[in-house]
Amino acid sequence: MAKYLLLKHYRGDHAIAKDELVPMDRWTPEEVTAHIEFMRMVADELRERGEFVDEQALSPEGTFVRYDGEGRPPVTDGPFAETKDLIAGWMVIDVDSQERAYEAAARLSSAPGPGGRPIHEWIEVRPFYGEPPVVTE
Amino acid sequence: MNDDRPGLGELLRDLTPQVLGILVRRGADFAAAEDAVQEALIEALRHWPDDRPDAWPDSPRAWLVRVAGRKLVDAQRSAYARERRELRVHLEPEPGPREQADDTLLLLSRCCHPSLTAASAIALTLRAVGGLTTAQIAEAFLVPEATMAQRITRAKRTVSGERFDVPGEVAAVLRVLYLIFNEGFSGTVDLAEEAIRLTRQLAAATDDPEVDGLLALMLLHHARRRARRTSSGAVVPLAEQDRSLWDTAMIAEGVEVLQAALARDALGEYQAQAAIAALHDDAASAEETDWTQVLEWYDELLRLAPGPVVALNRAVAVGEVDGPLAGLRQVEGLPDDLPRRDAVAAWLHERAGDRREAARLYRLAAERATNVAERDHLTRQASRLNAGR
Repeated sequence: MAKYLLLKHYRGDHAIAKDELVPMDRWTPEEVTAHIEFMRMVADELRERGEFVDEQALSPEGTFVRYDGEGRPPVTDGPFAETKDLIAGWMVIDVDSQERAYEAAARLSSAPGPGGRPIHEWIEVRPFYGEPPVVTE
Repeated sequence: MNDDRPGLGELLRDLTPQVLGILVRRGADFAAAEDAVQEALIEALRHWPDDRPDAWPDSPRAWLVRVAGRKLVDAQRSAYARERRELRVHLEPEPGPREQADDTLLLLSRCCHPSLTAASAIALTLRAVGGLTTAQIAEAFLVPEATMAQRITRAKRTVSGERFDVPGEVAAVLRVLYLIFNEGFSGTVDLAEEAIRLTRQLAAATDDPEVDGLLALMLLHHARRRARRTSSGAVVPLAEQDRSLWDTAMIAEGVEVLQAALARDALGEYQAQAAIAALHDDAASAEETDWTQVLEWYDELLRLAPGPVVALNRAVAVGEVDGPLAGLRQVEGLPDDLPRRDAVAAWLHERAGDRREAARLYRLAAERATNVAERDHLTRQASRLNAGR
C-alpha cells in the first residue's frame, strides 16, 4: 500500500478546468447539492474500500508569512489576487498502486457541475515518501 | 438489577470529579491526585462486578477516596523514598453535601483557571471533571492522542502552582462550559451533552442564577438538535426547521430552569440569551415568533454584554420588528471582518427586495465561512437568488 495526496486546486493561473468553469453561486441550488453529495459519496466509497485516510477543506483566503530577522515581526503578504493558484482542499488515500491512485483522482474529478456534466477539475496526485524497506538485497 | 442505580461506568464517571476534588481540597498535588484517582478507578473496575450492584461497596465514593488516598501515599512514598521521609495524608470522614458542592466548584474553577488558554481549559475540564479519556478528547478535537495528552499535561503543570483553596470566578467556568457546548458533536463523544452534564453538576453545587441561565440556554438550544441538519448534514436555518422535531420535554425543562433563575432578579448575559432561545422555542412556527420581545431581550443583552456579535444578532431582530432597512442600518456600523456579518446583511437585503446585492453578499459570506456546512449553505443561498428563486 502507498499513500497519495490528492490536491484539489482552484482558480489557478494555468487552465484549471477543461471548459470555462462557471462559479458555483451561478449554478442552480440542485446542481450545488448534487456536487456536494457526489464528493461525500466518493469519500464514502473510499472508506468502504479501506483506502480513505483523511480529507480536509481549506478556506480560500490564505497569507504568506516569512521570517524577517531576530526580534522583528514576521513579514506577511497576501491574500493574493485571484490569478494565483490556490488549494481548495485535499484528500489522503492509501492504495495498492499508482494506477489505483489515478483512478480515484479521476473519480473525484468527475464531480458533476452545471447541467449535471462533469466539471473535469484537475486533481494533483502526489505520492508520499514511505519507509525504507527492511529487506534490501 | 435495580433500575434506580446507574451502571458501573456511569457511576464511576460521576464520582471521579468528586473524589478528585476531595483529594485536592486536602492539599494533594493536582496531577498526582489525578493519577491516584485513575488507579483507584482501575481497582474499582477490577473488584466491583459490573452486573451486580449489590456487591458494590455501600459508599462507593468513600471507597474510592480511601483507595485513591492510599495510592497517593504510595506514590509519594516512592517519590521520597530516598529521603526516607514519611508523608501523611489526612483521611477525613465523608464530606457533607456542602463540602461536596464546594469541591465541584473548586475543581471546575481550577480546570478553567484564567492562566490557561481556552483550548487547555477545555481539555483539562473534560479530562479531570468530565472523566473522558484522553483518546476520546483527542478524537473530539481531531488531534492525535499524544498531542492531546501533552496539552493536558501542560495544563496540569500550569495550574499546579496556582492557589487552590478558594474557588475562582464562576464566570471563567461558565465560559469554558459554553465553549464545550458549542463544540457540538464530532467523533464518538457528544460534547454538547457533556457540557450539559457538567453544567448540571455545577448548577446543583452553586447558588448562582447565571449558572442556571447557562444550563437553560444549553437545554433550549440542544432541544433543536434533530432539526438543525438534514440527514446529509446540510444546515437548516432556524426559520426553516421542522419544529415537530424539537424536543418538547427538554424545552419545558429549559423554560422551568430559566424562570426560576429570572425570578431571583439577578440578570446576566446567559439568562438573557436563554430568554431569547426560549422565545424562539415557544413559537409554533417562525411566523409566530414574538420578535418584539426578542428585540427587548437583545437590548438587555447588549447592555449586559456589549459587543459586535450581540449587535449583529440584534440587527436581525430589528429587521423583523422595524423592517429590513432598519436592520441594515444597524449592520452598517459593525466591523467588516465580523463573522456572519455578510450573511446577515444578505438576508436583510433579500427581505428589502435587493436580490442582486443579497446574492453578492451571500457569495462573499460563503468565501469567508469558517466551516464547510455553513459555506455550502451560503453558496446554495447565493445560487438560489441567482437562479431567480
